Amino acid sequence: MRSSPPGRRARPWFPGISCTSAEAREELRRRLLGLIEDNRVMIFSKSYCPHSTRVKELFSSLGVEYNILELDQVDDGASVQEVLSEITNQITVPNVFVNKVHMGGCDRTFQAHQSGLLQKLLQKESAYDYDLIVIGGGSGGLACAQEAAILGKKVMVLDFVVPSPQGTSWGLGGTCVNVGCVPKKLMHQAALLGQALSDSRKFGWEYNQQAKHNWETMTEAIQNHIGSLNWSYRVSLREKAVAYVNSYGEFVEHHKIKATNRKGQETCYTAAKFVIATGERPRYLGIQGDKEYCITSDDLFSLPYCPGKTLVVGASYVALECAGFLAGIGLDVTVMVRSVLLRGFDQEMAEKVGSYMEQHGIKFLRKFIPVMVQQLEKGLPGKLKVVAKSTEGPETMEGVYNTVLLAIGRDSCTRKIGLEKIGVKINEKTGKIPVNDVEQTNVPYVYAVGDVLEGKLELTPVAIQAGKLLARRLFGDHLEKCDYINVPTTVFTPLEYGCCGLSEEKAIEVYKKENLEVYHTFFWPLEWTVAGRDNNTCYAKIICNKFNNNRVIGFHILGPNAGEVTQGFAVAMKCGLTKQLLDDTIGIHPTCGEVFTTLEITKSSGLDISQKGC
Amino acid sequence: MLQCATDPAAQLGKKVAVVDYVEPSPRGTRWGLGGTCVNVGCIPKKLMHQAALLGDRIRDAPHYGWEVPQQVPHDWRKMAEAVQNHVKSLNWGHRVQLQDRKVKYFNIKASFVNEHVVCGVTKGGKETLLSAEHIVIATGGRPRYPTNIEGALEHGITSDDIFWLKESPGKTLVVGASYVALECAGFLTGLSLDTTVMMRSIPLRGFDQQMSSLVTEHMASHGTQFLRGCTPSRVKKLPDGQLQVTWKDLASGREDMGTFDTVLWAIGRVPETRSLNLEKAGVNTNPNTHKILVDAQEATSVPHIYAIGDAAEGRPELTPTATMAGRLLAQRLCGQSSDLMDYDNVPTTVFTPLEYGCVGLSEEEAVARHGEEHVEVYHAFYKPLEFTVAERDSSQCYIKMVCLREPPQLVLGLHFLGPNAGEVTQGFALGIKCGASYTQVMRTVGIHPTCAEEVAKLRITKRSGLEPTVTGC
Repeated sequence: MRSSPPGRRARPWFPGISCTSAEAREELRRRLLGLIEDNRVMIFSKSYCPHSTRVKELFSSLGVEYNILELDQVDDGASVQEVLSEITNQITVPNVFVNKVHMGGCDRTFQAHQSGLLQKLLQKESAYDYDLIVIGGGSGGLACAQEAAILGKKVMVLDFVVPSPQGTSWGLGGTCVNVGCVPKKLMHQAALLGQALSDSRKFGWEYNQQAKHNWETMTEAIQNHIGSLNWSYRVSLREKAVAYVNSYGEFVEHHKIKATNRKGQETCYTAAKFVIATGERPRYLGIQGDKEYCITSDDLFSLPYCPGKTLVVGASYVALECAGFLAGIGLDVTVMVRSVLLRGFDQEMAEKVGSYMEQHGIKFLRKFIPVMVQQLEKGLPGKLKVVAKSTEGPETMEGVYNTVLLAIGRDSCTRKIGLEKIGVKINEKTGKIPVNDVEQTNVPYVYAVGDVLEGKLELTPVAIQAGKLLARRLFGDHLEKCDYINVPTTVFTPLEYGCCGLSEEKAIEVYKKENLEVYHTFFWPLEWTVAGRDNNTCYAKIICNKFNNNRVIGFHILGPNAGEVTQGFAVAMKCGLTKQLLDDTIGIHPTCGEVFTTLEITKSSGLDISQKGC
Repeated sequence: MLQCATDPAAQLGKKVAVVDYVEPSPRGTRWGLGGTCVNVGCIPKKLMHQAALLGDRIRDAPHYGWEVPQQVPHDWRKMAEAVQNHVKSLNWGHRVQLQDRKVKYFNIKASFVNEHVVCGVTKGGKETLLSAEHIVIATGGRPRYPTNIEGALEHGITSDDIFWLKESPGKTLVVGASYVALECAGFLTGLSLDTTVMMRSIPLRGFDQQMSSLVTEHMASHGTQFLRGCTPSRVKKLPDGQLQVTWKDLASGREDMGTFDTVLWAIGRVPETRSLNLEKAGVNTNPNTHKILVDAQEATSVPHIYAIGDAAEGRPELTPTATMAGRLLAQRLCGQSSDLMDYDNVPTTVFTPLEYGCVGLSEEEAVARHGEEHVEVYHAFYKPLEFTVAERDSSQCYIKMVCLREPPQLVLGLHFLGPNAGEVTQGFALGIKCGASYTQVMRTVGIHPTCAEEVAKLRITKRSGLEPTVTGC
């Protein structure tokens, strides 16, 4: 029985929410609807009320499980009662719901029992085909589906990849596995190996000066690995008895979804709960020639031919990462940037990422946007003419490239899945889905995880964590929510950039400059010395809150293996890392990570941080 | 040592002198200012390790589309020269730093005259007397030679020599199972040299033994040969210049023989305390280890004489530990702070071909301190993403987190075997310093795709007996 333990301490039922604002009231309403939705029998009662006790005894005698919220034992009971009366027009307790139907108070419940209505309502339970249908088989959706299945629920995953305008499609697993993290990190590795080859001569390895790169060999190897991952996802779903349907899902009415397969055959399925995990797809410019001739990250990783001289449009991390590895395998690469690099990231770091790329042969065209793409020659690759105009004046320019890769942003796949049919609200401008802190949409039985969420991070591990915890809250006894604070991430540009916590700009905005101390330094990885690489390029920075024990609120590193370095520091930040603890921790010698244990120079001091030789 | 000297001189105007002298190795190798780490330790070994890793990368490259020949030869002379040049630039940097901070530097061999006076002798035999209010002993240690093996001293070399060899050591026998032994054998193998490790008993004594055996298992699969349970009895130089080594298998008592170009002793280190005339100052040492006895303040039996680093009894023999101890000691001597050095939870990394990073307790130590029923071990075998396309074997890529069993399961130790282990371990060392629990580590979102994220995904306990292999993503 999931009823509340007796005699527990009074506490706000929804910590942090007071019913003063309309927004908070709306939130409370949504939660109450969620409780009603989630429980076969839901009783709002007061622990001392004899009528409430009678109702509980009735359900106990019928052997029916019920959930109770004792309004006298939560701090916000009065607000709950108010909102309940708005929903039901009933002010008193007990206030009883059976299978989402409002039963009424004590008398009405006993009448329904006598008339047989209660039994009928209770029997309605297994009316749905599934306990949970997840729309979208990416990182978040699969994590949620599998966890729900482990908890004994009947689960279906609908996954369908709409081919890109260039006709590229892929298997199960979503963006990360097929057209995101996995292939990009592998291509980044290919580029790093190019660097390693040239370093290796300095370390005594003897071979010809110029190693050539073969795009097809690399792509085939990477695609083989992805194929094996697609397969392992299929196997893993089968092992957990999750129904996998390779069809496009669209809501048609409440609790009902239409699945359309590749041949156009339609099947409908119903479920008690739904999770939207449809993710995002690359955005196009909406200019002449873009969909016909340009590619995106959806196409690049499985491109059957070497892209040749490439124009990358955009300054997102996708843009910079792709530009980085294409240049690293020896291609002529230009990046066209409308305004800032890596918007949302620390701008000092972003500029350093960009200048390293520039020093390593990548050309940047700042403050330009393409206005037209024209095909000059067909071929694999062909030849494209790009016309661009300045964002600041009438100036235009032209360039000829073999490939134009658009990486200007991504759009949520939320507009063509029938959300309007069941009233799930999206942000009309961005297409993103607003949810509360338990990933619930405005329609109580519909949840969302991953990149479609409004105001959350677009990262695979976040989606996995959110999906898994959501399933545990819905179907297990867990209460833990996904924590979106201090999430670490790494941009795999030629020089990797890892960060956790706030950017310097954001920290200043939140805490004011005078309350912060920023420690920073350049550092020279030992491996770079013999290799003869620059000594004032790799950079480490932490941002501390002076008035909270110098707690570290921002962590930034630009250097080799930034991802590997950052992970552990993220754990430390979760545990309240301070500057003093950094100073007290012994470094591991010789590594890059140890630089954080010896940070001495503050930015405010203006002292020189360059490395003089060693 | 240098840290201890430069800080007070620069910041507080104290009058400081550094007395440094490198006694040539039996083979005649000598080096400049900076001590073991810079000259014959961390720095050259990590660079040679890097050279070996680059050899692996050359083999990976064709899988990633690079057209490179399959057999790429390695030129020891070129590497050694580059490494040595870097070390020399560091020697120079240290000299300049001392000068900048007004520390007087004497290249003399010092010994105590009394508790405030040391006598230094130059290479040419000239004597100088120096007196000081405080004296810090930071003489470190030197590799040990076996005493009872014929030919050991005449024909063998140590880590004092290997990094300064002008010519390739060729086919090498490494004797010992310390981290120095395994690291050297690892990079020699990686540089395509025929390498054999001879060890008497267990590898990496003092480290977690499960991890240690995975380290040697990986080395064996990577081409290093192992002669376990064997001890050498004789080294003889053959007319062609090769070294004939005779050894005994301890289990069978059988004698065996092999020829090598180089024999490298890495059987341990002895502190450099015996030529200091410590008894004249009244400084006590441990009669067995010859290390100097110190208290939490790093003070010896004589209150104004201190000892830090490898020469001090009971201290981890690690550069950053010595550096920090030196800095804190200097701050205390100058009355700047009273902070003591915390020798717990010191992270370290063994730079074997597959790197092994660790911080906190080994599994054995955790069980010994807390009892098996109070310890929970989470572990996983994992596959680094970069290994997939390169078709590299990841059988020994393994992570183990040792926790208290009682919620929230405080983390006692972390052990990471895989690429870039040093980089991975550093941050987690901070986490452990912050008192991280298993729950907090699990609540930390991973960075995808990295090896470090596998730590934040550890779910399987050893107690459960479940297969700890990570499958999928």
